[in-house]
Amino acid sequence: MSTTSVDLQSHGQAAGHAAAHHDDPHHQHHFTTMEQQFDTSKIGMWLFLATEVLLFGGLFVGFGMMQARYPQEFVEAHTHLVRWQGSLNTVVLLISSFTMVLAVTAAKKSQKSKQVLFLSLTIVCAVIFLIVKYFEYAHKWEEGWLPGKYYSYKADPIPACTITPGPPTAAATTPAPNAQPCTNGYSTFFSFYFMMTGLHGIHILAGIGVLTWLLIRARRGEFSASYYTPVDLVGLYWHLVDLIWIYLFPLYYLIQ
Amino acid sequence: MSNHTETPAASAAAHEHEHGGVAIYAKTLIALLFLTAITIAAASFNFGQGNVVIALAIATMKGSLVVLFFMHLRWDKPVNRIIAMAGFLFLGIFIAFCLLDFNSRNNYVPQNMHPTVIPLAPGTAPAGAVERTNPAALAAEGEKK
Amino acid sequence: MDHAIAVTPQVGSRPRPKKNYLNETKGFRSWALTLDHKRIGVMYLVGVLFAFLLGGIFALLVRLTLLTPSHMLFGKVLLTAEQYNRVFTLHGAIMVFLFIIPAIPASLGNFVLPLMLGAKDVAFPRLNLCSFYLWVTGALMAIAAMVFGAVDTGWTFYTPYSTTTDGPVTLMTGAVFVLGFSSIFTGLNFIATTHKLRAPGMGWFDLPLFIWGIYSTAIIQVLATPVLGITLVLLMLERSFGIGIFDPRIGGDPVLFQHFFWFYSHPAVYIMILPGMAIISELIPTFSQKTMFGYRAMAYASVSLALVSFIVWGHHMFVAGQSQLATVVFSALTFLVAIPSGVKLYNWLGTMYKGNIKLDTPMLYAISFLILFAIGGLTGIFLGTLATDVHLTDTYFVVAHFHFVMVGGTVTAFIGGLHYWWPKMTGRMYSEAWGRVGCALWNIGFNMTFLTQFFLGSKGMPRRYYNYLDQFQPLHAFSTVGSWVLGLGLFITAAYLLASLRKPMDAPDNPWNGTTLEWQTSSPPIAHNFEDQPVLEREPYDYRPVLAAR
Repeated sequence: MSTTSVDLQSHGQAAGHAAAHHDDPHHQHHFTTMEQQFDTSKIGMWLFLATEVLLFGGLFVGFGMMQARYPQEFVEAHTHLVRWQGSLNTVVLLISSFTMVLAVTAAKKSQKSKQVLFLSLTIVCAVIFLIVKYFEYAHKWEEGWLPGKYYSYKADPIPACTITPGPPTAAATTPAPNAQPCTNGYSTFFSFYFMMTGLHGIHILAGIGVLTWLLIRARRGEFSASYYTPVDLVGLYWHLVDLIWIYLFPLYYLIQ
Repeated sequence: MSNHTETPAASAAAHEHEHGGVAIYAKTLIALLFLTAITIAAASFNFGQGNVVIALAIATMKGSLVVLFFMHLRWDKPVNRIIAMAGFLFLGIFIAFCLLDFNSRNNYVPQNMHPTVIPLAPGTAPAGAVERTNPAALAAEGEKK
Repeated sequence: MDHAIAVTPQVGSRPRPKKNYLNETKGFRSWALTLDHKRIGVMYLVGVLFAFLLGGIFALLVRLTLLTPSHMLFGKVLLTAEQYNRVFTLHGAIMVFLFIIPAIPASLGNFVLPLMLGAKDVAFPRLNLCSFYLWVTGALMAIAAMVFGAVDTGWTFYTPYSTTTDGPVTLMTGAVFVLGFSSIFTGLNFIATTHKLRAPGMGWFDLPLFIWGIYSTAIIQVLATPVLGITLVLLMLERSFGIGIFDPRIGGDPVLFQHFFWFYSHPAVYIMILPGMAIISELIPTFSQKTMFGYRAMAYASVSLALVSFIVWGHHMFVAGQSQLATVVFSALTFLVAIPSGVKLYNWLGTMYKGNIKLDTPMLYAISFLILFAIGGLTGIFLGTLATDVHLTDTYFVVAHFHFVMVGGTVTAFIGGLHYWWPKMTGRMYSEAWGRVGCALWNIGFNMTFLTQFFLGSKGMPRRYYNYLDQFQPLHAFSTVGSWVLGLGLFITAAYLLASLRKPMDAPDNPWNGTTLEWQTSSPPIAHNFEDQPVLEREPYDYRPVLAAR
């Protein structure tokens, strides 16, 4: 048969090659070499990151469309965001990306104490980010700058519209005579603010969870030059979280 | 990539050294912090529409630094680069076509529209039937009177 | 290098292994926690076929309700208007999200792709199992939504109706969200597998065209589905928080929802058709015993279909309120996407030309596909043309068009593929005579049901309407009777396929004299696929020895 004549050779090679690597407890049976396994994992992670780009990207598109629709209200609403807090968070995340890449480098060089140090620092930065976020959210809650129908801040230049809940009826959709012009731009701005920073915050939280798991494994000495895949992949995820914030920050905090 | 004559740790260290080692990451961080300062400063000036363009351009520069250096894409295999670019490319397509639609819309207001009389087919109109017309235009005309 | 390889010998050359992937391990846990792509494929197959049955029952209900304008059956109204809206929504949502999007990639693709690549499994077996359980979760959530009264929005969930209507919209859209991730992870797995787990000697242009088709599908799954995810999240938040993005009464834009929705859902229809085409590209060379005509063109056509599918979504929105400029641009781009489809059709015909055609059941389905897909695809062009679309949109013409491509196209190919790989998956051959009966009823029933609907639509019958003018009744009745013939055909097909499982395992390794690697292993395969790592030594679809011998 066509395959068997060459099989004995290739099987022998594969067996010899495999013997050297199958000792590695992390080697999965359907891969021939650890290198193939590592490269495949990387491709898988980049594909996942592409899906995250499109997921968040959809929110950016929505934000862009709504901003085009309510330019004045969006600019006025954004003055309620505190610039120094956003800037601090940006710096904190950039530093956390740096510490993360140092953690990956340490894992590649089998340096256990540095792995632990830099993973811990990354987690600390992430926690600082969330603490600042907490203060921002608390302030919004107090002032009534909340999403959608929960928006209750009264001092906007143009008042928000009142919404009649339920299915459309003739009465609900016909504007009352002499009604004041009203706009939903403010509540829409904060809807998007909470959606986007919220989804981002959930990713930070998940990141803290995964980084903690990595930290525990790193302390056990599981990562070294021959196997550091999880550190590398989590690093890629973490950089993406940073990347999303790099775009979020100017759009929300800096646009005039 | 695995070199059987060296230990894995040594070959990894050599690999890192080729790419500039830790120094390149430190330089990247400094560049990122510098660009952050620039973008914050730029926001305090009023360039009109330019503000958005500048902010997004700086964000893209920062993003590129993160992707190329922190995420190691500069030295990575082509397939990973293609995947990364594909994500951003198709997002760009989504944004572009939505903007195309939105920016070319709303050119019709009732005042622009001419009242079009749509004749009924001959022989089909029952007695007393009214010729159909464009309601929006008629409403606008009604308002103007 | 000499490519003249002897054709794989037939039955009896290799003793059948006692242990195969089906009986290697036993018990519920060995299936529920399996990491074997073949078992996962089989579990998916059972799942999607149940979804097909459920969606089919709803379809029969819809057609039965439309048998007469009074909606009466045996003196009673079968469905009220409210119930009718829910039933056609369920038919659409189940068929699209639970059946046709996962069906070929997750069932046949999961089973065959690693075998064709000469691999032991997919790149990420645990992620594969996770995909399956996500599918199950989505299915259970959808069933829960049905129990809680179902939704009446149509499978497209257009706003602002979907953001304000009563009913378990959030639960239903949540189900679709979960199913979306099942699809994303499957696509991710297949891309990584195709890149890294090919047999030694197998370059990109040595891949079977089934792989090219599944790979192109996977690209769409990974890039488009996340946008559906965020669309559904925005829909759910609009319902619960009134965020003001889609509902005009609170400042939103309903057309924006449609942009979001169709950015995924148009590429999604290529997730549906590309695997179908992928199967046809296997069936036609094998049952013509001839090399694929224009192999590289076919590969490029698959990938270009995937990529171009992303820039035409606005053709679903011609009358929705898009700008005129956007409308014209999308219409022009829609004509582009017909080109690779045309290339494929001509190349399949070119493959059959002067081939040694064997009209086994899979080939009968493949030929049916060519005709039905041609009609479906051409009518898509009518709909992509602005002037005709204004009249045909939201009529039964559209309904007929998409059923021709999805059912006449994808489902026909799916059934053909199921028959083709049935011996490989189960180790048994089905009854060829009954296979022909099933295929005949499929074609008769399908055309009775859906060809009629082109006429219904062009005469003005709107889609999703409960009430209709008396003049449409004869055509509606004919379509309904067609649905019974279709149902009968499917029932017979299911019956003889299931009956074959009671026979002993007697299928040869390569009953069809196929050239792809899955035919090099036993039927059914052993748990780790191949005794020895296969090494590719021939071009894809190399039938030169067969042709030389004629």
